[in-house]
Amino acid sequence: MKTCFQVHPSDNVATLLGDAAAETVLVLGAGELTLVEPIKIGHKTAIRNIGEGDPIIKYGVRIGRATQPICVGDWVHLHNCASDYDERSGTLDGETGASGDMNYG
Amino acid sequence: MGSDSQTWLGYLRQDGRKGIRNLILVVYTVECAHFVAHAITQGEPDTHVIGFSGCYDNQYAIRLMLSLARHPNVGAVLAVGLGCEYTQPSRIAEVVRASGRPAESFFIQDEGGTTKSIAKGKATVQRLRAQINAETERVPMSVADLTIGCECGGSDGTSGLAGNPVVGTLFDRLVDAGGQAVFEEIVEMIGLKEILLSRASDAETRKELSNAYDKAVAYCQSVRQYSASPGNFAGGLTTIEEKSMGAFAKSGSRPIQGVIRVAQSPPRPGLWLMDSVPDPHFMQFGYTNPNDTEGLMDLISSGAQVILFVTGRGSVIGSPIAPLIKITGNAQTYRRMQEDMDFDASRVLDGGLTLAEAAEELLELIVSVAGGQQSKPESLGHREYFVMYKHQNAPSLQVGCRA
Repeated sequence: MKTCFQVHPSDNVATLLGDAAAETVLVLGAGELTLVEPIKIGHKTAIRNIGEGDPIIKYGVRIGRATQPICVGDWVHLHNCASDYDERSGTLDGETGASGDMNYG
Repeated sequence: MGSDSQTWLGYLRQDGRKGIRNLILVVYTVECAHFVAHAITQGEPDTHVIGFSGCYDNQYAIRLMLSLARHPNVGAVLAVGLGCEYTQPSRIAEVVRASGRPAESFFIQDEGGTTKSIAKGKATVQRLRAQINAETERVPMSVADLTIGCECGGSDGTSGLAGNPVVGTLFDRLVDAGGQAVFEEIVEMIGLKEILLSRASDAETRKELSNAYDKAVAYCQSVRQYSASPGNFAGGLTTIEEKSMGAFAKSGSRPIQGVIRVAQSPPRPGLWLMDSVPDPHFMQFGYTNPNDTEGLMDLISSGAQVILFVTGRGSVIGSPIAPLIKITGNAQTYRRMQEDMDFDASRVLDGGLTLAEAAEELLELIVSVAGGQQSKPESLGHREYFVMYKHQNAPSLQVGCRA
């Protein structure tokens, strides 16, 4: 079974330690959950339901806020989580991270 | 605890610092001298190059180059200019000679062009090499004599879980052994002000950290750019706050002794934060760490004899002057880019190693490299450098750059 890692007990996300399909994965030390969609290594899944505007917690600290409701097993990334600081991150492509606010021609 | 007490032979400099290499550094003073400087060092593996591309001089760039030219791993310097530029090769050579190292300089225009300048440069390098090989005193060194710098680049979701925590554990070992540990990237501490301040060794350091943090946030806001790249996002990092927590793990757990600036050496042992963010100035100098190489140059300018680079996505940069050791916490990246990766920290994620065991193994590798073994980037010939225009309020050159 693929594993994901919750850094701090108060975290509401865990980090995938390998590429996973929409499958049941082990949250190290905290049971199992089923991913709603494929999630790549280093990316995060929600281990609790998170309301719109609520903080995303990792390492026990606020790393941003939910921009829409997030359910257990959802991929948590640019499409549903925003920085409290970096306004440019709102223009980034969800897959590649490339910014969409620069003029190339 | 074996690695902490191991010794090897280093190179003693006049200011008491010890180097792990005895290099000749060619410094060029304008882009127009770039080609000749590199041609001089071709086929001379103990001869590295740095240079400044601008024709108009800049105090920050000169401070940086002077600190690199008097780095513990540098035994001698040749400064090469075109002849039109503001930055003066002869002044660089003069400062280096005052540090007890042999140094020479010339202008390409005076020598009569490309071929004659390359020939003169090669003859000079040969003479400098003979002199430092004969004259540099060899002395025993141990981990306590090391200054080690660390930055991360091409970070992904594994960096904060494996790569940086392994370095943090190593930094704790280094500090406990009496060495100096330097980390930077204060722009990657955004959102962590209270956590950062709680690590201060005393009230004065707390104030220094607070000022440096506030300056970094203001700077990022003014240029609308935080230190997160498309690759970081593709690797699973969603916000600068998340990246910051992962990056900060490399600082370990010991108290932060104070804030140093680019080209400044830590004044005493312990853990130090380097502030590389520009100070307010009528000119804006773009981003704080425009690329990974710029950050590595900053760390080397602190006198770090060895530098560590933690990556998740993968990276193929190296460095002149101080060997770079590359660490990844991503097992896929380690397999895919093994030629470039010195250390696989992903083993702490699959339960193969504890953090303490990984730090011990990394320390053994550092001791080997300090004793002369080439790191992977060093062996591949990577010698990337970057000296930029910037402004930092700083103490005098004598205080800032050690002799």
